[in-house]
Amino acid sequence: MLTRLLSNDLPRSRTLAMLLLVLLLGLAFAPFLFPGVKALNVAAKVLIFIVLVASFDLLLGYTGIVSFAHTMFFGIGAYGIAIATTRMGPTWEALAVGLGCALVLSFLLALVIGLFSLRVRAIFFAMITLAVASAFLTLASQLSEFTGGEDGLTFKLPEILSPSFEFMDEKFLGVMLDGRLVTYYLLFVLAVALLLTLLRIVNSPFGRVLQAIRENEFRAEAIGYRVVVYRTISSILSALFACVAGAMLALWLRYNGPDTSLSFEIMMDVLLIVVIGGMGTMYGAVVGATLFMVAQSYLQDLLRLGSEATAALPWLSALLSPQRWLLWLGVLFVLSVYYFPTGVVGRLRLRSARKISLGLPS
Amino acid sequence: MSAAGPLPTVAQRSPPDAVNPMSQALLTLSGVHTHIGPYHILHGVDLSVPKAQVTLLLGRNGAGKTTTLRTIMGLWRASAGTLTFAGRDITALSTPEIAERNIAYVPENMGIFADLTVRENMLLAARSAASEKQMDTQRLDWIFGLFPAVQKFWNYPAGKLSGGQKQMLAVARSIVEPRELLIVDEPSKGLAPSIINNMSNAFAELKATGVTILLVEQNFNFAQKIGDTVAVMDNGVVVHSGSMQELNQDAALQKSLLGLAL
Amino acid sequence: MNNPDFDWMPVALVPLLALLVLPLIGSGSTWLTLTVAGLAMGLIIFVIASGLTLVFGLMDVLNFGHGLFIALGAFVATTVLGSMSDWTMSDQLWRNMVAVFPAMLVAMAVAGAVGLAFERFIVKPVYGQHLKQILITMGGMIIGEELIKVIWGPQQIPLPLPEAMRGSILIGDAAIEKYRIIAVVVGLVVFGALVWTLNKTKIGLLIRAGVQDREMVESLGYRIRRLFIGVFVMGSALAGLGGVMWGLYQQTVTPQMGAQVNVLIFIVIIIGGLGSTAGALIGALLVGLMANYTGYLAPKVALFSNIALMAAILLWRPQGVYPVTNR
Repeated sequence: MLTRLLSNDLPRSRTLAMLLLVLLLGLAFAPFLFPGVKALNVAAKVLIFIVLVASFDLLLGYTGIVSFAHTMFFGIGAYGIAIATTRMGPTWEALAVGLGCALVLSFLLALVIGLFSLRVRAIFFAMITLAVASAFLTLASQLSEFTGGEDGLTFKLPEILSPSFEFMDEKFLGVMLDGRLVTYYLLFVLAVALLLTLLRIVNSPFGRVLQAIRENEFRAEAIGYRVVVYRTISSILSALFACVAGAMLALWLRYNGPDTSLSFEIMMDVLLIVVIGGMGTMYGAVVGATLFMVAQSYLQDLLRLGSEATAALPWLSALLSPQRWLLWLGVLFVLSVYYFPTGVVGRLRLRSARKISLGLPS
Repeated sequence: MSAAGPLPTVAQRSPPDAVNPMSQALLTLSGVHTHIGPYHILHGVDLSVPKAQVTLLLGRNGAGKTTTLRTIMGLWRASAGTLTFAGRDITALSTPEIAERNIAYVPENMGIFADLTVRENMLLAARSAASEKQMDTQRLDWIFGLFPAVQKFWNYPAGKLSGGQKQMLAVARSIVEPRELLIVDEPSKGLAPSIINNMSNAFAELKATGVTILLVEQNFNFAQKIGDTVAVMDNGVVVHSGSMQELNQDAALQKSLLGLAL
Repeated sequence: MNNPDFDWMPVALVPLLALLVLPLIGSGSTWLTLTVAGLAMGLIIFVIASGLTLVFGLMDVLNFGHGLFIALGAFVATTVLGSMSDWTMSDQLWRNMVAVFPAMLVAMAVAGAVGLAFERFIVKPVYGQHLKQILITMGGMIIGEELIKVIWGPQQIPLPLPEAMRGSILIGDAAIEKYRIIAVVVGLVVFGALVWTLNKTKIGLLIRAGVQDREMVESLGYRIRRLFIGVFVMGSALAGLGGVMWGLYQQTVTPQMGAQVNVLIFIVIIIGGLGSTAGALIGALLVGLMANYTGYLAPKVALFSNIALMAAILLWRPQGVYPVTNR
């Protein structure tokens, strides 16, 4: 039954399977295992990024398309929720309308971008998506009556989801049962469901054709598959999932602005996670997102320690300043691309496969 | 001492004046294997190209002839075996290093720079000339004599030339400076018969100046006219080597090696 | 170019755009001001983009980190000009030049040197792998930007124009900024030098040939790797020069300016055709003019106008206006 749930795409490595199980349990029980606001924030971000990165993996790892417009769809989802609740009030209808409109807009944009890829080469496509994403970011800042401009929008959610809602007065296992908890579990359920859906998609006949196109476009076309159609569909699916991830983000933060969801840094984060986790694996998104979010949150603390420790050497101290965490992330990124091209998941599976071929338990 | 090749599969009886008995091999391939990705194309090629002669590399499509030439030029790295040129081991050299030893290569697709003029194509091939003025005018005149089209279209973009003219330019380019070895892949392909004559005259003149030539050819008639030595390939190995004269005279051999019914 | 039937259509686009906009703007003097501004901006962008397009054309390497050299050049200029304030404060143009030229040269040298390191450590290991190139060069740019923040600090730094370069001169009713004219001159000089090098020297010949058929150039006996390093370093140096000019144009520099200009550069080389210098010039001029015209006519649409321009050109010629053959 588990096999069917995972669409026959098993971890194929005992280490990986255990790791995934640990992560699943950890995320499922995060509010109880890791008390405190910061830890829960990290857990929620992990959930959101799992969906965001897995949807990017569909495009990059399985279809072989590099697109920098992914964060644009993330932003559309987030702004959909934000704008709808700001204008229509904190109701479930507002959420539905917001998400609905965001999905429609994502669909249309992804369709246009996907069709455009017919006429241009992959490298052009990457640059074009970069330009489009840039423009969108500027647009979001400029349409301030609509989007709140640079300051963004702060909004409220329906009662059940808002932190002030408490359905029990005493704490349960040390945790307040409030709207925050409900929101967290909503995200958890969504993340698991969406990831399983993506697994189903990439392991379906459609997914196989995508991989065939990625490997050899010419041959796929020669066999009779219309490459443009498949790429466009993949592009649309990827966008839709990213849009939902954006909605998840908005639900959690109850705030959205251009830097929260549209910034280039987020795109880099996504790239980093998909590379470190492992492209074309889906599970890579899970492992990578967790590693990344945990590192990002606690790396800055680590750097702060290092910076203070080396205060005697000002240049070293400046290099280790917590504000420069992106520098070290960049270094990690470059090293990962060289030495770790298949990512964590790829490495684990390779080790497992080697062990199998040697007759050892994997 | 027979100079017709290291491993004759048929007992050789070279007529005394067909091959200069003192001619040594300028280029030797020993046990050369080449892989392209997962494909094993050359399975141990042994080839000997005697100096100052025209050696023909014959064989059907897919036999590995072009791969052999590209391996010699270092465009594909040999995965095993050695290549020796003028006594020096060139197996691990890069393509520019090999070309620097005065080996010129005319690939199957001619390698003409279509957006550059004929003049610029020629200048590019003249390594020691920093500009047109420094090119050897005497030599150029000789080349113009061999290939009039090169002079006629001197300032035209090379892409505008016809197929045959491009072919002539490609060969002209390879001899714009003195070279010791010319490696040419199918020079007669797609050429009208009159132009093929031009080509064979050019090779004959070149040979007379002491240049060693290694040609891949599918056109046996053309090969017959100019070849001295022959090596026939099949399935990535050389299955026969000997003199052209002997191959000419042996119809049965022609049939079995090349599938020619003459 | 010796080409008897040179394709003039893309070149005609530039004056065409300028003329189309004239009735929309109405006033001739405003049009002149905007056009000069557009040409200046376009030429600065060309200086930056020329290196990138040649690097791609020659070696099939996509450097998404080109913006780093822009920022680097600009920041180096702030340091150099900052230390020569008695020259920049003077209202004599020649004195200003004495400050600005060394700033440009130092910026080019630093950018070129960093370019050398960038090529060796970031680019070389991923020849031929486009996806990895995109990722790694972006990573390299991020690392570089952060290092700029370490050295110069994370905030904006002003880069004021030297005294004698400020202000405008009047041509009829049109006020034309002096600096813009200087930028146009410098840009044209760079363009002229590039065209001369590409067409009249052997190295230029090698580059043009290498863009078409790298393998054949190697078969003719040239070590194309050295050529490539040279082009990469030159491209980085030019980006540094462009950075200085851009910084003076905006009169302020920020560590993110590289990433911002990156997008414009990509639009330009896509319009021009990857590998084509002439295409990069056309693309840059069109982008510069477009940015200034829409900045005046419909400011909100400015960034989109460039994307719309790019889309329109790609619909007409999917490989850019001057696609390089033999690819």
